[in-house]
Amino acid sequence: MNQSATAVMDHRHPMPGMQVYNLKLGMWIFLLSEVMFFTSLIGSYIILRFAHPDHWTQPGVVLNVPLTAVNTFLLICSSVTMVKAFACIEQGDQKGLKLWLLGTIMIGATFVGIQAYEYVHLIHEGFVPNFAAYTAEGGNLYGATFYLMTGFHGAHVTIGVLCLIFVLFRAMKGAYTSESYGGVEIIGLYWHFVDLVWIILFTIVYLL
Amino acid sequence: MSAHNNGIWSWITTVDHKRIGVMYFVTALVFFVIAGVEALVIRIQLWRPENDFISAETYSQMFTMHGTTMIFLVAMPMAVAFFNFIVPLQIGARDVAFPRLNALSYWTFLFGGIFLNSSFLFGAAPNTSWVAYANLTSSQFSPGHNVDFWLLGLSILGISSIMGGVNFITTIINLRAPGMKLMRMPLFTWMTLVTSFILVTALPVLAVALILLAFDRFFGANFYQPMAGGDPILWQHLFWIFGHPEVYILILPSFGVISDVIPTFSRKPLFGYPIVVYAGIMIGFLGWGVWSHHMFTTGLGPIADAFFVASTMIIAIPTGVKICNWIATMWGGQIRFTTAMLYCIGLLAIFTLGGLSGIMHASAPIDLQQHDTHFVVAHFHYVVAGGVMMGLFAGLYYWFPKVTGRFMDERLGKINFWTYFVGFNLTFFPMHISGIYGMPRRTWTYAAELNIALPNMLSTIGAFIFALSALILVYTIIKSAISGEPAGPNPWNAATLEWSIPSPPPHYNFAEIPTVRSREPLWREEERREIEAVTLKVPDVEPVMPNSSYMPILLAFGVALTWGLVMTGKWWAPVIGLSYVGVCILMWAFEDPFARKGA
Ligand code: HEM
Ligand SMILES: [Cu+2]
Repeated sequence: MNQSATAVMDHRHPMPGMQVYNLKLGMWIFLLSEVMFFTSLIGSYIILRFAHPDHWTQPGVVLNVPLTAVNTFLLICSSVTMVKAFACIEQGDQKGLKLWLLGTIMIGATFVGIQAYEYVHLIHEGFVPNFAAYTAEGGNLYGATFYLMTGFHGAHVTIGVLCLIFVLFRAMKGAYTSESYGGVEIIGLYWHFVDLVWIILFTIVYLL
Repeated sequence: MSAHNNGIWSWITTVDHKRIGVMYFVTALVFFVIAGVEALVIRIQLWRPENDFISAETYSQMFTMHGTTMIFLVAMPMAVAFFNFIVPLQIGARDVAFPRLNALSYWTFLFGGIFLNSSFLFGAAPNTSWVAYANLTSSQFSPGHNVDFWLLGLSILGISSIMGGVNFITTIINLRAPGMKLMRMPLFTWMTLVTSFILVTALPVLAVALILLAFDRFFGANFYQPMAGGDPILWQHLFWIFGHPEVYILILPSFGVISDVIPTFSRKPLFGYPIVVYAGIMIGFLGWGVWSHHMFTTGLGPIADAFFVASTMIIAIPTGVKICNWIATMWGGQIRFTTAMLYCIGLLAIFTLGGLSGIMHASAPIDLQQHDTHFVVAHFHYVVAGGVMMGLFAGLYYWFPKVTGRFMDERLGKINFWTYFVGFNLTFFPMHISGIYGMPRRTWTYAAELNIALPNMLSTIGAFIFALSALILVYTIIKSAISGEPAGPNPWNAATLEWSIPSPPPHYNFAEIPTVRSREPLWREEERREIEAVTLKVPDVEPVMPNSSYMPILLAFGVALTWGLVMTGKWWAPVIGLSYVGVCILMWAFEDPFARKGA
């Protein structure tokens, strides 16, 4: 397994027999907490929607499904590029690592860009979270839950992109090797998680 | 403690888990005094029927801040103080897995607490109780900043707790000394592990509840507003899905403490160690399936009611099992009645009573009578002020010699315990009676016709005895820290690893990491000698420890600042705070904790 943790924390080795280094274990636990976060969001959404189905329209009436489908596809691609980046550094391929990281960053940024465009467009049409100002089709719960859920996901993607930029920066300084690639691995875990959440959100917010 | 550096700056920048533990404890103690004063104000107001010592509005602020402070700024952080100081020592580690993150947890907690309490300066202390039911909290019914302070303050504290949970799970799983298998870990470490899992899973649910509330208040959304299609009961579900696991976050650390203290002072290994561990884990799981026992009066329907009645009664089983284990540990032991042990026995008695009143209102039809009366107030003070706090104070008397190298004064300790015990019962037992007579909670006064003047007077007298006990405690701590009798490495002749190193421990804890071969390593002569040979020696070269850092306090300040700027209502204000946070994170990321200074 990967030894990066011991390089950074020379006096704090995981106990013999522990397979997972500290940063990675920490990331897993953090993601557990993220699972609870998004589960609670989705649970609240389900409760609100079941109680007031009349606030929602048919899929595609207000929200632009094709555009977001393209965006979803992009995000899934970025998981592939992330896997590629990781595979490269496992082999010690520095150039490949940097290229694939850059690719992931570009796609991630594009995703956020398209989402921002979508927001501007929707707000322009009166699809806002504010109860008093809501004018679009459907009811105001539709707008409020939409911004709540996609907004928190978008924030996660943005943070992910920023972290990826940091990892790329370190990669350019040659911080990762085939022995030590903890940073790449844990940002990868986070990135795949955020991607997975989006697939669920896309399904329930846009398609159902 | 580090021999190198002792100035105030060295405490502000420390990443040493022991110092962070001490800071957690002292801070929690200060909040304990503040919340205690709030409690006294409440009790003075309730001294006699239709009293007018304070207004209804002030009363609301008092009980809200009292409850919120006691739970989030006293009971939780005091337990975390022990996680910090004790857990790495119990598992044979030199520090936690992420020392800087640990410091960040502390400072975030401190600023969160200050943030919450600063509301008093604006005359806008939270006033919708610690459970803050919707839609009383909507902008329509709570137009001031009171609720904003509450929800923003709590979300800061939640961040701190989640970071702490991540840190302790990683520490306990990864940093154990060789041979410290899971089933050899001391019970306190076990309960820290379970509690940490509940922390990282329950706090996000509270976060979502608070975020929905923030959307309602700041962005004009309407998740909890029935007139606009929202659902106020949704708040109750989210809050209690967090809230019930939260009560186990509170009690499990204390269960851990007494599971270590009772064997020490009974000179017997814990009876049925695996059962106590499994029961703790089971409580952690089952705690997720009972939340609606707080909501029987909302009209969930008979099926849901029946389910939650049953699950609530089931969860009392593992708790009862543990109580039997502790009693069986004492059975036939050579018991030494130190103050720490008295607090353990006090916990057993008081907590059991609290559990019994819990079982009473676990039954939905009975709860319809008892809900929102002082009976419930009696129940949760028996489990929290009696159970949780007594366990923590047992830990204080027990581990104080390890932390300071000095004993707590036992004579004062006994006075402290007995005033606590008497004051506590005199305060809270009468509330069972006034509650059954129908005295409502969260109401600033009561009618003379209710015939509950006597129990209320007794409660108020008890509260002052209780407060006296707290003062004695503070005095005992200060006095003992300065001039207590010196204690050696293992003054109680205890069995676990933290007692194998000097008191107070050197800043690197273990000169060399020992190997553990049993559950009570220091009680087996041969193993003890082997371990102490490496833990008590002075190393030729001191182990390398991470550098101190001022990033945690700067970053934590940024978080509190950003949250505070949200209240200005200007969209760009929090952006300023966020930029500052961003800069801090960047500097944090580029700081090398092991860089050699001057090299
Ligand atoms: C035998 C185990 C327990 C049972 C059966 C039980 C049952 C209950 C029930 C049914 C209520 C709701 C009463 C009402 O509002 O009408 C309640 C309230 C409460 N319980 Fe327990 N409980 C138990 C243990 C605990 C423990 C261990 C703690 C904390 C360490 C705790 C803390 C609380 C608190 C703080 C409340 C009041 C919440 C509020 O402000 O409304 N309980 N309990
Ligand atoms: Cu409960």
